[in-house]
Amino acid sequence: MTPGSETYSAVLALLFAIAAGMVGSFALMRRMLLAGDVISHIALPGLGLAFLLNFSPLLGGGTALFLGTLLIWQLQKKTGFTTDAIIGVVFAASVAIGAVLTPKEDLVEALFGKFQQLSSPAFAAGVACVIAIIVFVLQFKDQLTLSLFSTELAAATGVKLNRLNLYFLLAFSLTVLVGLRFMGGLLAGALIILPATTGRRLGRDIAQFLLFSCTASALAVGLGLVLSNYVLHTSTSGPTVVIISAVLFVLSLLKTPK
Amino acid sequence: MTPANILSVRNLSIAFGNRIVIRGLSFDVHAGDDLAVIGPNGSGKTVLLKALLGLVPFQGDIVWSPAARVGYVPQRVAADRQLPLSVYDLLAAKARFLKLSAKEIESVAEIVGLSRDLLHANVGVVSGGQFQKALIAFALLGNPNVLLFDEPTASLDELAEERIYELVAQLRRQKGLTVIMVSHDLSVVHRSANLVLCLCKDRPCLGPPQEMLTPDMLAELYSAPPQYYQHQHDHRGTLTGTGTKL
Repeated sequence: MTPGSETYSAVLALLFAIAAGMVGSFALMRRMLLAGDVISHIALPGLGLAFLLNFSPLLGGGTALFLGTLLIWQLQKKTGFTTDAIIGVVFAASVAIGAVLTPKEDLVEALFGKFQQLSSPAFAAGVACVIAIIVFVLQFKDQLTLSLFSTELAAATGVKLNRLNLYFLLAFSLTVLVGLRFMGGLLAGALIILPATTGRRLGRDIAQFLLFSCTASALAVGLGLVLSNYVLHTSTSGPTVVIISAVLFVLSLLKTPK
Repeated sequence: MTPANILSVRNLSIAFGNRIVIRGLSFDVHAGDDLAVIGPNGSGKTVLLKALLGLVPFQGDIVWSPAARVGYVPQRVAADRQLPLSVYDLLAAKARFLKLSAKEIESVAEIVGLSRDLLHANVGVVSGGQFQKALIAFALLGNPNVLLFDEPTASLDELAEERIYELVAQLRRQKGLTVIMVSHDLSVVHRSANLVLCLCKDRPCLGPPQEMLTPDMLAELYSAPPQYYQHQHDHRGTLTGTGTKL
């Protein structure tokens, strides 16, 4: 481990928070927010296999997520079902397989995450993923907006919907993947969900919505890491971050609707 | 396709599963035409527009002239009322996607007559007529020379509908637009269209409105029971002399 690698972890966690806020905002508008929760579970068989065979959990989780995403995309095209239905099918199977595969002593870490030191390559890979996600959302913001309003008008305007859907799903899964280690398989998707709901309460248009979601997300991760490390003295960081996200959402309820 | 053709359709067939909606349809549209597409419910009017836009799979050939820039006003958009999206945001998203300047948004808003209040209203809360105007503004962004216009739904009151048609006619005059419009309002068709395409399963016909919109033809198109239809079939042999049988 390099010195300061905990700083790496913290920086990556905050960047992840921003990506999760952005992706979550659009996921909320696409009505696929719950998929965030569920899609993280798809990583569980990969995580379990990694713990069992002693290779990188990130690699295991990532492979499982990638294959799961492709499977969802294919099944969606084939059946014409909405994304949530297909994700529901793949998710149930994944949790079951993950639970069977993961050795008992690693189960808590796999499910709830662990804040730990990061090697430089792992940090670099994580940052590259997060930047790719943020660039994707900023670059495709208008196409995503058009397709939210009407897929038909978006297509008539020249938006390649099929490609856009795939990119969005990949960005979505990538976000979950980056959060997987310190949020855990059960909670990695929660940071896509909770800050977005807070952002939606506070933002009046899409730009504000994105801004508030990212702020809420970064705040939850920052405070959560500080709390779990220095106050609660636990390395299981996922639950703390999620609780703070939930508190922020409750606070956002104080804002009276316009 | 001859040089003046902006659109050429040959042998177009569209089916959803076993249900054939359009079979073997061929027609041409010239620059500056105002083509009205009429036909009973389920005859494939909306589907035809969608095929012209490449939104539904089809067999046959649809060839647009390279000069064609197509704007589309759909019949309805089931916009999610929860979306934090104003009319302006929507227009701006399209403008940025097509790399148009913000000035163009102002320009189409002015042409269509979108007030400042309406521009900044949420897409989920504007009235039917205003929504239709916003959709026309959306279609006009990017300076199209062809407008595909699916008729406004019954949700519009007659006055609003009249204004929308008037607006389209005005655009056609001012900008020399080619218009392909699906319509149920035959008085409008008679007044503004220079060509009428009647869609009925067996024999689609194309011709000028005064020749197409005869009582016999309309009876057959809109209200004839099957046996009556057969009877009319013979009778229409005389009509095809005026309309063009396709």
